[in-house]
Amino acid sequence: MRRFNDARARAHPSYWAFVVHRVSGLLLGLFLPLHFWALARALHGEASLDGFLHAVDRPLFKVAEWGLVVLLALHAAGGVRLLLIEFGSWSGLRKDLIAAAAGFGVIAGLAFALALIY
Amino acid sequence: MTPAAREARLWYWQRASAMVLALCVLVHLATIIYAVHGGLTAGEILARTRGSFLFGAFYIVFIAACAVHVPIGLAAILEEWFRMPRRGARIVAGLYVAVAIGFGVAALEAVVFS
Amino acid sequence: MPAKLTVKVWRGREDGAFRTYEVPREESQTVLDVVTYIQRCLDPSLAYRYACRVGMCGSCAMTVNGKARWTCRTHVAKVARGDTLEIAPLSNLPVIKDLATDMTDFFDKWTRARGRFAGAGTRRDDFARVEPASAERREADAGIECIGCGVCYASCDVVTWRPDFLGPAALNRAWTLVNDVRDVERRERLAAVAGDAGCHACHTQGSCTERCPKALEPTRAIAGLKRLVAKAAGRGEL
Repeated sequence: MRRFNDARARAHPSYWAFVVHRVSGLLLGLFLPLHFWALARALHGEASLDGFLHAVDRPLFKVAEWGLVVLLALHAAGGVRLLLIEFGSWSGLRKDLIAAAAGFGVIAGLAFALALIY
Repeated sequence: MTPAAREARLWYWQRASAMVLALCVLVHLATIIYAVHGGLTAGEILARTRGSFLFGAFYIVFIAACAVHVPIGLAAILEEWFRMPRRGARIVAGLYVAVAIGFGVAALEAVVFS
Repeated sequence: MPAKLTVKVWRGREDGAFRTYEVPREESQTVLDVVTYIQRCLDPSLAYRYACRVGMCGSCAMTVNGKARWTCRTHVAKVARGDTLEIAPLSNLPVIKDLATDMTDFFDKWTRARGRFAGAGTRRDDFARVEPASAERREADAGIECIGCGVCYASCDVVTWRPDFLGPAALNRAWTLVNDVRDVERRERLAAVAGDAGCHACHTQGSCTERCPKALEPTRAIAGLKRLVAKAAGRGEL
């Protein structure tokens, strides 16, 4: 038999960055067909796409949209950190880049929220 | 091609598509944040995108990069978190993305080329 | 009244469970001191490993409060939660008994990663000249102090998720050899470390680099291997 790690071994920023990156990628990947499908409704005319936009003009959906924007920003910024680690020859786990990625997510979330509200 | 060379190529293409996507996502985020400002209607979207060579080219690149990037990541998740064997994971991921990209082409047609 | 530690220790072979012991708390006590006290004074049936007890050999690596550490270099004062401690064998390795794990997989993977030097020189040749300040030698030097303790391997979730994954230590060693200008098996080694069992399965979780007691950076080594493997594949050498 062998024992495996639990959450205590995973309690460090680089691991959290991995989880955020993987979960955000998964959710975005699952969202993508839905996104394309909604836009494709315009094939049936402008009214069809407008119908969809009207149907999702509700607070719950707006929060979900905001969530997706934040996930996209986090996944992209976290991905840039990975690209820098893999292609640059910088050392360390680049915790500064983790903070920068989180910051980028916050900024994108704020900007989108403001754009939604105003 | 040896298995090692094949894996190396997959790794490389996922990173290459990631670099393209990093740029596309930056543009896309900025565009969305700007467009959503003051509400969003289909008319507003389509007025900007229909017949636009720039939007068309941008979305084609964006969708193509997604088509490369998404299945490689999904397959890894299927193998590691859902314990699928490697071949099955890759086939499922590939099929899923084929369907998604099918929708993507329809979206492209609807929003730019019709 | 002397202070006491409440210590949960993993006991068992094929099945296991934690058993609790009361250990007197001392000043400057290490976790290895605690385990040794239990075995000598409380329960002689406890199985565990150590050798140098001064942080040179890596034999005493165990999971302490969920994290892989060298127990001889872990002060109780630093890791105890109040007066409690939890000690278990390293993760990801088969447990022989109690706190002793079977390191066979760990070292087999070292071999599969071609983690051994292959040279073409003979005793009749002059010494190889290696510039210590060269980029390659500095990369090799950064990873060469590995003593094979298994802490990184035990900390890695990819090792858990992919039983074939060579693991951070074997890949780190391969990287030091790939950067050794005297080595002649570069191409074979790059082929050996490519793929899902090799460097490409690393997701930069960084637990290896976070926990390495010698502050080595397997994450960086594996990133370097990814770059070299891609270049070799591009040149058709794989």
